[in-house]
Amino acid sequence: MTNDAIPTLSAFDDDSLDKAFAAVANEARDEAAQLTTPEAIETYRLRWVGRKQGRLNDVSAWLKAAPPQAKKAVGERFKVLKELVDGLLAAAEGAGPSDAALAAEAIDITLPGTRRLTGAEHPITRTLNEIVSVFAALGYSVGVGPEVETDFYNFESMNFPPGHPARDTQDTLVIANQERRPLRDRLLLRTHTSPVQMRTMESQPPPLRIVIPGKVHRNEADDATHSSTFHQVEGLCVDTNITFSDLKGTLDHAMKALFGSSVKTRFFPSFFPFTEPSADVQISCIFCGGKGCRKCKQSGWIELLGCGMVDPSVFAFAAEKQPAYDPKKVSGFAFGMGIERIAMMKYGVSDIGQFFSGDMRFLGQFA
Amino acid sequence: MKILTKWLRSYLPELPVSDAQLAEDLTLRGIAVEGIFDLGQGNGSLFEMDITTNRVDAMNHYGIAREAAAIYGVALNALDVTLPKHAPSVQEFPVKIEAEEACGRFTARVLRGITIGDSKDWFPGAEISTYFGLLEQKKISNAVDATNFAWLAMGQPTHVFDLDKVEGGIVVRRARKGEKVKTLDGVERALDPEDLVVADHVKPLGLAGVIGGWDSMITPDTKNVLIEAAWFEPMAVRRTARRHGLHTDASHRFERGADFNAPPVASALVARILLENGGRLEGDLVDVRVPAWEGRTANRKPVALALSEVHRILGTTEDKTAIAAATVENVLTGLGCILTWSPSSSQAGKVWNTALPSWRLDLDREIDLIEEIARVYGYNRFANTLPAFGEGVEALPSAEAEAVVRRTMLASGFHEAIGSTFCSATEAALTAPQPGLVVPLGNPLSEEAGVLRPSLVPGMLAMVAVNLHRDVSDVRLFELGTVFSGTTEKVEERPALAFAAVGALPDLSSMQPARAVEFHAVKGVVEQILARFQMRTIYFDRFPPESGLMPAWLHPYRAARAIAEGITVGWLGQLHPVEAAARKIKEPVLLGEIYLDRLYKLPLRKPAAREVSRFQPVRRDFSLVLDARIPWERIDQALIGLQIPEMVEWRAREVFRDTKLGVHDYALLLGVTFQASDRTLREEELQAFQAQVVDAVAKAGARLRS
Repeated sequence: MTNDAIPTLSAFDDDSLDKAFAAVANEARDEAAQLTTPEAIETYRLRWVGRKQGRLNDVSAWLKAAPPQAKKAVGERFKVLKELVDGLLAAAEGAGPSDAALAAEAIDITLPGTRRLTGAEHPITRTLNEIVSVFAALGYSVGVGPEVETDFYNFESMNFPPGHPARDTQDTLVIANQERRPLRDRLLLRTHTSPVQMRTMESQPPPLRIVIPGKVHRNEADDATHSSTFHQVEGLCVDTNITFSDLKGTLDHAMKALFGSSVKTRFFPSFFPFTEPSADVQISCIFCGGKGCRKCKQSGWIELLGCGMVDPSVFAFAAEKQPAYDPKKVSGFAFGMGIERIAMMKYGVSDIGQFFSGDMRFLGQFA
Repeated sequence: MKILTKWLRSYLPELPVSDAQLAEDLTLRGIAVEGIFDLGQGNGSLFEMDITTNRVDAMNHYGIAREAAAIYGVALNALDVTLPKHAPSVQEFPVKIEAEEACGRFTARVLRGITIGDSKDWFPGAEISTYFGLLEQKKISNAVDATNFAWLAMGQPTHVFDLDKVEGGIVVRRARKGEKVKTLDGVERALDPEDLVVADHVKPLGLAGVIGGWDSMITPDTKNVLIEAAWFEPMAVRRTARRHGLHTDASHRFERGADFNAPPVASALVARILLENGGRLEGDLVDVRVPAWEGRTANRKPVALALSEVHRILGTTEDKTAIAAATVENVLTGLGCILTWSPSSSQAGKVWNTALPSWRLDLDREIDLIEEIARVYGYNRFANTLPAFGEGVEALPSAEAEAVVRRTMLASGFHEAIGSTFCSATEAALTAPQPGLVVPLGNPLSEEAGVLRPSLVPGMLAMVAVNLHRDVSDVRLFELGTVFSGTTEKVEERPALAFAAVGALPDLSSMQPARAVEFHAVKGVVEQILARFQMRTIYFDRFPPESGLMPAWLHPYRAARAIAEGITVGWLGQLHPVEAAARKIKEPVLLGEIYLDRLYKLPLRKPAAREVSRFQPVRRDFSLVLDARIPWERIDQALIGLQIPEMVEWRAREVFRDTKLGVHDYALLLGVTFQASDRTLREEELQAFQAQVVDAVAKAGARLRS
């Protein structure tokens, strides 16, 4: 690359101009032919068209020096030269870097990708939401209620009369210092989500369809399958002419939606104070399809939920505030299921305590 | 409860099915057989039963035989209670029910000259040695075995007294103040005036319906006995048993309602067994009944049952019809009901007057009979129908906001956790936002779970510690849960969010080293959550030093409150080193809590599009040096104060400390972007803006770095 400066011009006749411009043009062409690397192209650009030190800048001095009658001739030739240099630059850039240059930029594409780790929704939340959305599609709204309840809503209005042995089946955690209060006002941690049935009926006349997810507590020792804290989803449907066969159809549909269309249901008589007739529902084993396996204890069936027709005495309690809940005019069904049990089954969790451990290694599996 | 099919079949000579089929048919009708064990040739099977509490009548052999008879429509043999001939009593044994509100029937039978000893295989249908052997029920003596036999056969508790220890006669009454009785378990019990006792004319003999007395019990020397078989009111027995911390077979049955008509039968069974070892009956059964209780049990008013009501509740059967009148009659008659036509039967539908069996106190209302019909008919023989679709679905008002918060936390790399609802009183005192408003439990599972959590922080810290102690070094957890405050009179519940982070940020890269989580990383998460809600003002500040609001468990110089619309909506910071050490945590824990009840009052921000300027933005960087006491906030405020619409964005791009700057100073690279919506900014304008920025930050205390 030459470092010679652009000469000043003394003669401005056409011949002299042609000669001077040709010399510069040849120089530009020769230098352009040498360009291989992006760095060299950049140097060339600065040398020729740089705003301050560029050689074309120096050539443009010829224009200033030219007498007025020659300015046009210089201008035209300058324009041709500028286009030439621009063209040479464009051509050099268009060729791009050489393969060797690119090879030097090689990376290890087998290294793992950089990931921004996202969190995992809790398996209980996930299962709750799945169940809620199945019932939402059947026209159920979501209802919630307090975790600290009164004896009235948790027991009495759910047809567990004071002193009734059925209360023994739900060992209850109570708030301190309740002994002096009237029984129905005593505070406790709800043992089931059923009190929300009553709270909803009191505030809303029929027809009613609600699904109630929530946390509940019992006073019992923890082991691999029992936890003093657990979650339930409860459902309630009240209208004129709601029948036991509607209850069966609804739950059969919901179980198919949750566990697959090949799942079968069967209903057994059971007992809950707040429903009559009451039933336990089993689904055909989702692991073996009903043939019998370890998970279903060779029975082919898995017990999943409790349900029944709303007991007339529950309606009678609701009718105290909403007279439209007349058990002679409306009927309804309610159902409830334990979420931990379903989540354990769906995700193969063997110890219920893991749900409440906050162990990152356990939770991370649900991302 | 264990049931022998061999024993069942002694009552059901025509039972047409195998043991396995019987088990399945019973189970499908709510008399659940949980396990079947083959007992070998000629011995039938042993059923392990799980009977719901309302079906106390079926918790014995004869009760289950009744169910089977109803299911298959076969005959049920009556219990054989024929007794030897005996002379009528010269003088009836004195029995008095004083507590008529608590005892409905008391039968007493006197046997004299009996021998206490090994029980014999007395009579057909009472092969005690066979049955007890198969049930692994220990034989003790004929007196004990006889009452056990009556219990296992028909679920009626009975008691045998040594007659010579009974003074005068029997009185069923409430205990008197100061009375004591030593019960069969050897415990001397002080009685409460509410306790129901069986007494003689001098002293209490035992707790009625719960447990017999020590002093009147049968001994090898006993010659004369009195057999008690009675009906006690459920609540009276329940209260007495509870008060003394007792739960016996007898109390279990009486609490759930016994059969008013069973006592004479059970008494006869016991007598007959005892007489096999010699002795004689003295007089007839003494049978004292309280008519009011008889009317409420054995002679209850018949229940009206309408076929239309059966159809309204039960709906469609599998064959697309509904329950037929004949089915109703067969099922209920099979269960021991007596059905007659009601005069109110009309063309609109049949109505039956249904007399109820004495052993089914759980049947009381029309709906109870409808349940029985469905149960015996078979639940799975009903169709699966769907009710017509109702009204629209309503979501909870906070459902979307909660979903937004959860999504933001998940996207920030935090796993969702569910912690304990409870914490210790100490932790509550430490973390309660309102000191003193902590709600204790009356019967906590443990001291560590003694109160309702006033904050999600105790649970969060416990879960963080569990992870660290299990060598999980990167922890990022959040919980969406309820926190509690108030008094034992009134408890308030509020939704809250808590989160904690320890270790590295959630970037997994082989290109860059892991960066440790620090205050600003979690502050960013809080900012992102708050940004999802619509608010005019939001700022973070330190807890005012003199206010006492600064939580003692937070690092005093690394903690902040978030204030939206003038209200504290949460806080965040680093766990105080002392609290960390108390939990054996060495790593810095960053954590925070958001009061969702306050946040949920704000509407979610609704995205709205603005015109994107097509004119070129220009960024200018300013390298500043500041005194360490000057926070970014002051620079920020100074720039806000300029109110230059073309100054569209500014950020603290980098903060660094360098000894060259001196110990009290730090350097800040401020990046400012200028852009106009309607024109390309001219150099002169930019220069003017720049000068304004330099002037403003200088007034805030910053120097331009040379």
